[in-house]
Amino acid sequence: MNEVRRLKILVADDTDTDRLILESIVRKEGHTVVSACNGLEAIQVYSAEKPDIVLLDALMPELDGFGAARKIKELAGDELVPIIFLTSLSDTESLVQCLDAGGDDFLSKPYNRIILQAKIKSFNRMRELHSTMLTQRDQIVQYNNRLLQEQMVAKHVFDNVAHSGCLNANNVRYFLSSLAVFNGDVLVAAMRPSGSMMVLLGDFTGHGLPAAIGAMPLASTFYGMVPKGFSMTDILREINGKLKNILPVGIFCCAVMMDINFRKKKLKIWNGGLPDCFIHRHSDGSIIPVKSTHLPLGVLSNRAFKDNCEYFDLEKNDRIYGWSDGIHEARNGAGEMFGEERLKKVFAGNHNRNRLFDEIIESVQQFVGGGEKDDDLSLLEIRMDDPERVNPFAKEASDRFGNSDIEWAMRFEVKPTSFKVFDPLPMLLNVLMEVPSLRAFSSTLYTILAELYTNALEHGVLRLDSGLKQTPDGFTEYYQLREERIKCVDSGYVRINISHKTNENGGVLKVRIEDSGDGFDYANRVQGNLSAFGYSGRGIALVEKLCGGVKYSGRGNIAEVDFSWVSDD
Amino acid sequence: MEHLDYETLNTLKQVMEDDFNLLLETFRQDSTDRLQKLREVIQGTDADPIRRAAHSFKGSSSNIGAQQLSALCAALEKKALAGNLQGLVADVDQIEQEFLLVQSSLDSFR
Repeated sequence: MNEVRRLKILVADDTDTDRLILESIVRKEGHTVVSACNGLEAIQVYSAEKPDIVLLDALMPELDGFGAARKIKELAGDELVPIIFLTSLSDTESLVQCLDAGGDDFLSKPYNRIILQAKIKSFNRMRELHSTMLTQRDQIVQYNNRLLQEQMVAKHVFDNVAHSGCLNANNVRYFLSSLAVFNGDVLVAAMRPSGSMMVLLGDFTGHGLPAAIGAMPLASTFYGMVPKGFSMTDILREINGKLKNILPVGIFCCAVMMDINFRKKKLKIWNGGLPDCFIHRHSDGSIIPVKSTHLPLGVLSNRAFKDNCEYFDLEKNDRIYGWSDGIHEARNGAGEMFGEERLKKVFAGNHNRNRLFDEIIESVQQFVGGGEKDDDLSLLEIRMDDPERVNPFAKEASDRFGNSDIEWAMRFEVKPTSFKVFDPLPMLLNVLMEVPSLRAFSSTLYTILAELYTNALEHGVLRLDSGLKQTPDGFTEYYQLREERIKCVDSGYVRINISHKTNENGGVLKVRIEDSGDGFDYANRVQGNLSAFGYSGRGIALVEKLCGGVKYSGRGNIAEVDFSWVSDD
Repeated sequence: MEHLDYETLNTLKQVMEDDFNLLLETFRQDSTDRLQKLREVIQGTDADPIRRAAHSFKGSSSNIGAQQLSALCAALEKKALAGNLQGLVADVDQIEQEFLLVQSSLDSFR
């Protein structure tokens, strides 16, 4: 049995004999005794000495044991001070009165030493337990307060990041409920420069802070890339890569991403792990489910990530519904899940299209009743509409993109003194990347520009013979010569002309590069043959493939390509 | 019923050690006070002080092992609780008789 540590015990009894006996018993057990002869004195001694356990005679002059017990319990507050009544009362009513007054136990006269010893031990255990519990309770309260405060701050940051988009557009309705301060679900929407809308609805594994942490980079990447015109696949890849890098294994984001083109009434959609989205046809009320055909974001490396999307032609007032599994898995009191069948019934029973969104929420809430909500519940409705009815930005962008072809051209010349110190390619590429629709083709465009410029510089201006590069030794010599000649070049030029024109489906980028060199006999060249030029010719053959041909003119010192691109938005 | 429960007394003696004599002396003094108190309160017509005095005396005598004395006090306590104030002087006389007996037994036990 545990050794009871030295306790301080208050003995209050008005009968000297009884008090003497009790004091002796308690002292024999190794405890310290403080004594009182009546109730009032007991309270005074209690306040002064703060004993661990109180032995209190029931009937005492001045203030009896019941009154003293009440006062002592009041003074003790949260602290557990066991009070044992000393009594020769034996009727039930008196014993009940002892307990009502805050007594924890009785000890009957005549005193039994063994029983008293056992009681002191047991109450001390209880007292220690209680004090541990109080300490831990205070710690929990403190931790909880700190947690809540941290969450409030984080939520503020999170809300600023996650909810800054265009969710307030006229054709968007959404519902997000959360279990904690944070929602494991994330919903972001933003307008592309073209006036189409991109929306991403995600459901992170888990709830609260761990889930919301992943939502931060997701939202900031989304809002960083969409307004710059990046394609949906680029954005998906970027988010996937980021989540894969930062999230621990087992935490990922089921998501659906959509690109809604209001001008062309087209929907491009990617579903990775969320329940089937529904496309609801306004004309006949039918539903087209869009199944998840991908793994969630943050699971696969970008190499294995699949970004192929589905495309749908919509009509005005067709609606797209996306949801987290919170709706399907909402449970009623009996533990049943709401499920897809019930969801379909809501669609089937709908008469007023404008009420459909509310009807879904209502039937889920009705189904759940007062039951515990055990998942985040998110619902998104996007209605296809004319750009001018979506928001001012969509209208403006649509006017800009839809009604007129955009055309521009630029001319850039590299002079002799610049060749050795300046590479025009990054700058040119930068200019092109300012055109949102061209961003998706950045690597292709770089290849085209780089090949054409290198040819113009090396064969035209520097007059290097590509024949040298047919052997490894020649390769080395070629680059030595290049190095020497570029240092002392004092005449010549490379002129770069770039023009761009959009059309209904995309656009054409024309690149024309003219150099000051002698050119070559382009009439006898075989097109499209990758090995026609040996090592050196592969680049040009690639450009021919990308642009459907390279047109040469002048004395062979002018190369011209048309790069046609088709927008998939 | 024995006047004294020697088992209780022996235990007390073990527990109290050197203080045992002090305890017996305290008991004598205590009891003398209580007897006097009893004599006082039975002059009045209020049953409650009688009940209380008898109750305390009952407790301390039981602790010392004076079971007969304790029983007499319990009887008086019960009587007072019932509001029966008949023959109180005789009751207290009987209690005093018993106390004197206990006292002499304790003296010889010591």
